[in-house]
Amino acid sequence: MAVLEAKDVSMYFGELAALKEINLSVEQGEILGLIGPNGAGKTTFFNCATGFLTCTRGDIFFKGQNITRVPGHRVCHIGICRTFQIVQSFSEMTVLENVMMGAFCRHPNTSNSMHSAQDILDFTGLADKRDQIAGSLTLADQKRIELARTIATEPDLILLDEVMAGLNPAETEEAIELIKKIHQKGLTIIVVEHVMEVIMNISHRIAVFDSGELIVEGPPEKIVRDERVIQAYLGEEYHA
Amino acid sequence: MQNDKNFYIIFSIILIFMAVAPLVIQNTHFQHLLIMLLLFATLSQAWNLIGGYAGQVSFGHAVFFGIGSYAAMAPLTHWGLTPWVGMLIGGVVAIIVALIIGVPVFRLKGHYFAISTFAVAEVVRELFTNWEWVDGPIGLDAPVLEQGFYNLMFYKNKLPYLYIVLVFFFIMMLLTFRMERTRMGYYFRAIKQRPEAAQAMGVHISKYKQYALMMSAFFTAICGALYGLYILHIEPATVLSLDISIKIVLITALGGTGALWGPLLGSIILIPLQEYSRIWLGGTGKGIDLILLGALIVLICIYEPRGIVGLLKRFNFQKGKN
Amino acid sequence: MDVTIFLQLVISGLLIGFVFSLIAVGLTLIWGVMDILNFAHGDFLMLAMFSAFLMFANLGVDPVFSLPVIVGLLFFVGLLTFRLVIKPVLGYHALIALLATFGLSIFIRNVVLFFLGPDFRVINQSVLAGKRISFLGLHLSLPQLVSAIGCVLITYVVYLFISKSKFGRALRATALDKDTALLMGINTNRVFALTFGLGAACVGAAGGFLVNFYYVFPEVGLNFAILSFVIVALGGFGNIGGAFLAGILVGLVENIGGFFVGPEFKYTLVFILYLIVISLRPKGLFGW
Ligand SMILES: Nc1ncnc2c1ncn2[C@@H]1O[C@H](COP(=O)(O)OP(=O)(O)OP(=O)(O)O)[C@@H](O)[C@H]1O
Ligand SMILES: [Mg+2]
Repeated sequence: MAVLEAKDVSMYFGELAALKEINLSVEQGEILGLIGPNGAGKTTFFNCATGFLTCTRGDIFFKGQNITRVPGHRVCHIGICRTFQIVQSFSEMTVLENVMMGAFCRHPNTSNSMHSAQDILDFTGLADKRDQIAGSLTLADQKRIELARTIATEPDLILLDEVMAGLNPAETEEAIELIKKIHQKGLTIIVVEHVMEVIMNISHRIAVFDSGELIVEGPPEKIVRDERVIQAYLGEEYHA
Repeated sequence: MQNDKNFYIIFSIILIFMAVAPLVIQNTHFQHLLIMLLLFATLSQAWNLIGGYAGQVSFGHAVFFGIGSYAAMAPLTHWGLTPWVGMLIGGVVAIIVALIIGVPVFRLKGHYFAISTFAVAEVVRELFTNWEWVDGPIGLDAPVLEQGFYNLMFYKNKLPYLYIVLVFFFIMMLLTFRMERTRMGYYFRAIKQRPEAAQAMGVHISKYKQYALMMSAFFTAICGALYGLYILHIEPATVLSLDISIKIVLITALGGTGALWGPLLGSIILIPLQEYSRIWLGGTGKGIDLILLGALIVLICIYEPRGIVGLLKRFNFQKGKN
Repeated sequence: MDVTIFLQLVISGLLIGFVFSLIAVGLTLIWGVMDILNFAHGDFLMLAMFSAFLMFANLGVDPVFSLPVIVGLLFFVGLLTFRLVIKPVLGYHALIALLATFGLSIFIRNVVLFFLGPDFRVINQSVLAGKRISFLGLHLSLPQLVSAIGCVLITYVVYLFISKSKFGRALRATALDKDTALLMGINTNRVFALTFGLGAACVGAAGGFLVNFYYVFPEVGLNFAILSFVIVALGGFGNIGGAFLAGILVGLVENIGGFFVGPEFKYTLVFILYLIVISLRPKGLFGW
């Protein structure tokens, strides 16, 4: 059974259709890449799947359960967690406290949450920065904190919105390693990313959005050769 | 944890000092000052829960304060009901008012909460000024009753008031300290810093804002009750006034919003300043001290939004570097 | 009930409502563009009224003629406020800006109280003062009528300015998304400063009109401030048309409701209206 399944999902902001009848599903243990030019609707799709927005039409299912109208704060308890395109670390908290915020979702007690967060810090390689204030760290570290915090909620599915944007090649490499490591723990992942090499490298399957529509989906090899994708997206680079 | 141990040590020293000093210095002025200081430190800590920790600024806390003082005083004057019960009633009514304000507003982003608190304070003052049962604008005088703990009336000596207020200060501080370390405390701070991210972490934002406001309202009402019973006279123009709301906000902002020691530090500076400026500036009306307070709020915001706590941290940081 | 009385109430409500609208437009501009609630807005109104009063009392300038000066003065007050109080706190958490304007409000009010005293003052010998027009048994006070017309005109001019002018475009772009506006080469700090000036000028004009028929005293801004907060919330923040209509609505509720329930409860009524509206329509009566 699909972990996440979108059926005819449309999202309108007034007249503007940010999503048009999207049908998309993700299987257990899969890494799905989501690409498309600016304004294609990728973030909006995440917003609908995590209760930040309620889609105008259509339904979204998580392991068979209809979650279209589940409020945002419940989604995390159900087992879906996301990161944000623009970093949203709790900038006045320490790294440990940031990750504890995620761990509280399953461990209401502070010391339990702290233990669980400590494990995540070790896992994500943030342990030596544990007591630093998040706001004082580099972008790469803040994005890593967001990742750590996300998996601290012990989700089944994570939605990563451009966690590698703005990182240098070395940092990107580390981030890719981390995402693969997270995947090995058995999590299902949807990644939005603009850097093609990255998305080709880690995704099992890729879906391409353009102007709110899902134009193609398939394995990476197929996507790079697809005429529509080249026109809509890669065209900018390859034909320029 | 080291941090926790430090707190308990410092806190015990302060409590012991507050308890012993008035026994040594048997001066009623000094005792009055201490009572006011502790009362406003408690009050501002109550405000700090919603305004500082959860980051939802209220400009109308006088409403809870006034409700508390009326709830203790009116049943006492009319029926001789012990103010301890009145105090509880006040706390509960304050929670109900907190719900009336919070339920429609906390779902929304933006400044709706600040507006609501500000407006509710005016509305409630309007209502009390026109309510005959509590003698409208004239207000209520505490009846002369047998003195003692039951009636919370002490005529010969201020010390019993001081110790009662000290107990509430103790409770409020300890509660805030413990709260900081619970999930709720983390959630409050997260909501203040990054509401969207907090929601993604599973925080029910409006619910937790509501919790913060209800706790804050409850303790503010209790402080209001204590204040009325101590001053022996309450009227809308004092206990429901904008001045009270201003003072609460200012003390916390001065000391440090969202910081455990902020309210106490703010009170230590501000309460004596105000009591003495009243004596020095006496005849000129109440204008000058408010001019200074207003300017002070602006200056704090511009130069050190974290208040005195922030200044101390800066100082500490520099010391650490050398 | 007598139809004339009811009509009279409606007319009075409308007339004062237009003044509320202009005050609220000034506030909603600042709110919409900067996401700042200016707590000193009512005190700006008071400053405008006092300036007009002082010019009248000391120099003999009729409030009708001092109006442009007052508007200019308040524009300057707005700019100054932005420079000295708002700009330094822009980088901090939003609650700091809120606190700062709150402190400013207390400061301004008490400085005026200190120098001019708490007395109520009134201008009673101006071109407009005390004159009224009567027809069909209805009475219209001339200063109120003139003020209402003036306020509507100015509101309309502001609306045109925002929707048509080049600066208006920059302002709307900034309101939508500061960062993008900055990238597009808009000097957002300049937009902010001018918006603050413009917002203050609006409330300055309203004060310049109001002084023709309303008492002046240091706390006069307080009640108007509360009403304008409510109006802005009802109209949907940043929405000029919404503020205009909501101002009229509040004027009507205050007058008609105040008549039936008793004038001492008019704020209670307005506030209940506010609670109902934000419960049912969280983005204001006209927002969605
Ligand atoms: N809350 C909103 N209100 C109005 N329009 C919105 C809102 N959120 C997104 N949009 C619009 O919906 C469209 C899709 O935006 P979205 O952020 O989903 O794109 P994206 O694929 O994530 O783009 P990017 O690669 O730039 O992040 C855009 O035109 C955007 O302007
Ligand atoms: Mg996006």
